[in-house]
Amino acid sequence: MIGWLDTLVQGVLLGSLYALFAMGLALVFGVMRLTNVAHGDLVVLAGFAAIALAGQFDLGPLAAFACLLPLAAASGYALQRYVLNDTLGRDPLPSLVVTFGLSIVIQNVLQEIFSADPRSLSAGEIATASVRLVEGVTVGVLPLATLLAALLVAVALQWFFARTAAGSAFRATSDDRETAELMGLDARVVYASATAIAFVLIAVAGVLQAMRTTVAPADGPGLLLFAFEAVVIGGLGSFWGTFAGGLLLGVTQAIGFRLDPGWGIWLGHVVFLAVLLVRPQGLFPRTR
Amino acid sequence: MSAALLATRALEARYGDLQALFGIDLEARDGEVIAIIGANGAGKSTLLKTIAGLLRAPREAVRFAGEPVGGLRPGEIARRGIALVPEGRRLFASLSVEENLRMGAQCGRPGTWDLKAVYELFPALRDKSAAPATSLSGGQQQMVAIGRALMANPRLLMCDEISLGLAPIVVKGIYDALSAIAAGGLTALIVEQDVGLARHVSDRLYCLQEGRVVLSGPSDEFSRDDISRAYFGVAAQAGR
Amino acid sequence: MSTATFSVERGGAASRTAGIIALIAIAFLCTAPWWAESGWMREFNEMACYLIFAMMWNLLAGYGGMVSIGQQAYLGLGGYMLVALGNFAGMNPFLAVPLGALAAMAAAYPISRIAFRLQGGHFAIGTWVIAEVLRLTMANISAIGGGSGTSLIALRGIDKATRESVTFWMCLASVVASVALVHWFLRSRQGLALLAIRDSEIASESQGVDVAQTKLWVYLVAAFGCGLAGALYYLGNLRISPDSAFAVNWTAFSIFIVMVGGIATIEGPIIGVIVFYLLNRLFSDFGTWYLVGLGLLAILVTTRFPKGIWGIVSARFGLHLFPVQRRLTRPPDHVMAPTPRDR
Repeated sequence: MIGWLDTLVQGVLLGSLYALFAMGLALVFGVMRLTNVAHGDLVVLAGFAAIALAGQFDLGPLAAFACLLPLAAASGYALQRYVLNDTLGRDPLPSLVVTFGLSIVIQNVLQEIFSADPRSLSAGEIATASVRLVEGVTVGVLPLATLLAALLVAVALQWFFARTAAGSAFRATSDDRETAELMGLDARVVYASATAIAFVLIAVAGVLQAMRTTVAPADGPGLLLFAFEAVVIGGLGSFWGTFAGGLLLGVTQAIGFRLDPGWGIWLGHVVFLAVLLVRPQGLFPRTR
Repeated sequence: MSAALLATRALEARYGDLQALFGIDLEARDGEVIAIIGANGAGKSTLLKTIAGLLRAPREAVRFAGEPVGGLRPGEIARRGIALVPEGRRLFASLSVEENLRMGAQCGRPGTWDLKAVYELFPALRDKSAAPATSLSGGQQQMVAIGRALMANPRLLMCDEISLGLAPIVVKGIYDALSAIAAGGLTALIVEQDVGLARHVSDRLYCLQEGRVVLSGPSDEFSRDDISRAYFGVAAQAGR
Repeated sequence: MSTATFSVERGGAASRTAGIIALIAIAFLCTAPWWAESGWMREFNEMACYLIFAMMWNLLAGYGGMVSIGQQAYLGLGGYMLVALGNFAGMNPFLAVPLGALAAMAAAYPISRIAFRLQGGHFAIGTWVIAEVLRLTMANISAIGGGSGTSLIALRGIDKATRESVTFWMCLASVVASVALVHWFLRSRQGLALLAIRDSEIASESQGVDVAQTKLWVYLVAAFGCGLAGALYYLGNLRISPDSAFAVNWTAFSIFIVMVGGIATIEGPIIGVIVFYLLNRLFSDFGTWYLVGLGLLAILVTTRFPKGIWGIVSARFGLHLFPVQRRLTRPPDHVMAPTPRDR
């Protein structure tokens, strides 16, 4: 019994990381219907960037993240503004092919620079510190911090979209780009700003992933699939839904791993497909 | 004769390969209410969209307040003082009524129109301010759309088919409000299907047919027959 | 009033010439096992599989409007079916090839019930998830070698020359048949329906096109083609593993082939695979940088030259080697009198 409780707890903690992966993906899809196939690779890239910064300038993880933040935002803005904006439209093909190409480029450049080996960002003491909740259930401090981060991000995004003028602008542009332009908004800037925010979230996820486990150049696609599954399971249009979707995915995988290590990820995929079959709109969709 | 606030010269517009406007010359002077009438497909909406910047126009083809505005982005044109109430209202579905109205103020032009003024003009919206905009009735949605355009404090208000799909009594209410707005000095360009309404509310009118102006002048100068002929192109065919 | 007579044309001089050249080339290739080196035939087989796979991706994405990143699911299924039938059922692997393709097609039906719940970008990634499920499933089945894969032992009784010749002929025949089939399909009413759906689902639905049926059929046909490519590939490769059979690289390369060659054309993938082969020969030694180059090239082509090589050539010279459209032509020396309504 305690064993299953422990599995549940570990699953929730794992899922909170998936939720973090998923937030950026959900944001970009919500605002401009863009599916970024390179999303997972960008998380990996952020992890490697943090590792490189930390190594080059002898920084702790927090300092490395602080340096990474403006870089992430700026590159997200630039990528969207000068490359991805042109791929948006009724046809999903251009954005899919371009981001797929980007994914290949990132994976291979990372491999050239860092080799194919997994690396991690040294987090010092908190990497191994843990807290005992109940007898038999121990949680790491870092995973707890990840859960907290995911919660904060969900709250912040929800607040941003619902309560701020900028969030209204994002929603308006997403609803009706042409009419938003009539109001004085520049859709190109709105989209680029959304991607800038998404890249900041990607940086958070990448740094936590690098601290918690490892990052390797080939990890990207796997992370994309987890993020995607979290978004779809949770339901479109709600960041809380994405959060819940991530947790559910994490728990499912944890259960799978417990039953048989080879079937952990498989079970996650299968549950995703089952949700798709039975409730394609997701568990907590926000109806417009 | 006062200089025109808005003037188009040989304005053309295309949707891809399809040409919709063939050389439109149009003028609106300060404080005037201009009506644009014509059958479906005549190019009325296209004309408003082109002036608003949603379709590209050559630089000098549209002049506003003495400046060429052709080819500018819609946001820039809105900042200069042209506001469009689009055909079909085009409210933002995931925004509330008040959020929609606030969107209108996005371009940041100063003026007398703010939320308070809009709620005074359309009191029915006050109670619904937090409701999703698309949950309102047709007439109320039209009020939101007009209010949203007014929030931009425009010098020129363009209305595209605001009577479409609304009950006559609702239409009357909206046009009464419009008259009050115009009486305050706002210049207006109104596309209207209902010819009688258009003649009644406007100082001058233009009749479009297949992308060309076939009739223009003071609204009270034309008989119903004049307008019918221009509207349906009967005169045009007989003359060739 | 004009009394012009119009005629509906399909082909042209270019396509007829191309057809004759193609027939000669195919006949010539049939003799290859007698003069070509094994290495060359193996490369041809591999490129044939890439071409079939790319043509299927093109059929789905370019013509059907369904962008899939998971077609490798069917390639892997075709390959594994071949190995399973050969190793466990003792079937002649050459005969098992079409069965592998059929198995992939059969699997496509239930898979489509799930995949079709998604659209656009979500459909693309959803199909990738499905491919991953199959990869992980195969990796966990020890009977077929689990994660490290297994070999096709059923061919060990046959001598090398025969094996290579038959494999080559099967690849050649499959490529020719695939091209012919796609060409025939697109000229048919179903093909026209497909193009209509791609342009506008709502409009074509209102014209009586059964959108759901047509999309399903295209998906099934594409699965068959991908399964065929997989079975043929592993017929030649003799060793299969989940990571190779269900690798997303298959789709990555076929996207490159189709986009560079020219999407939504029949000529495009053929040109694309030739370009791909040349680039492979010249640059694959550069390893990761070669792949970076492919990725950048794909991005460049999609943003700057979306119609690909054949799209540019075809527009420039009005060439259509595989004519699909019906063209309305007038006798050239007829003059139309202007009517009053002309502008």
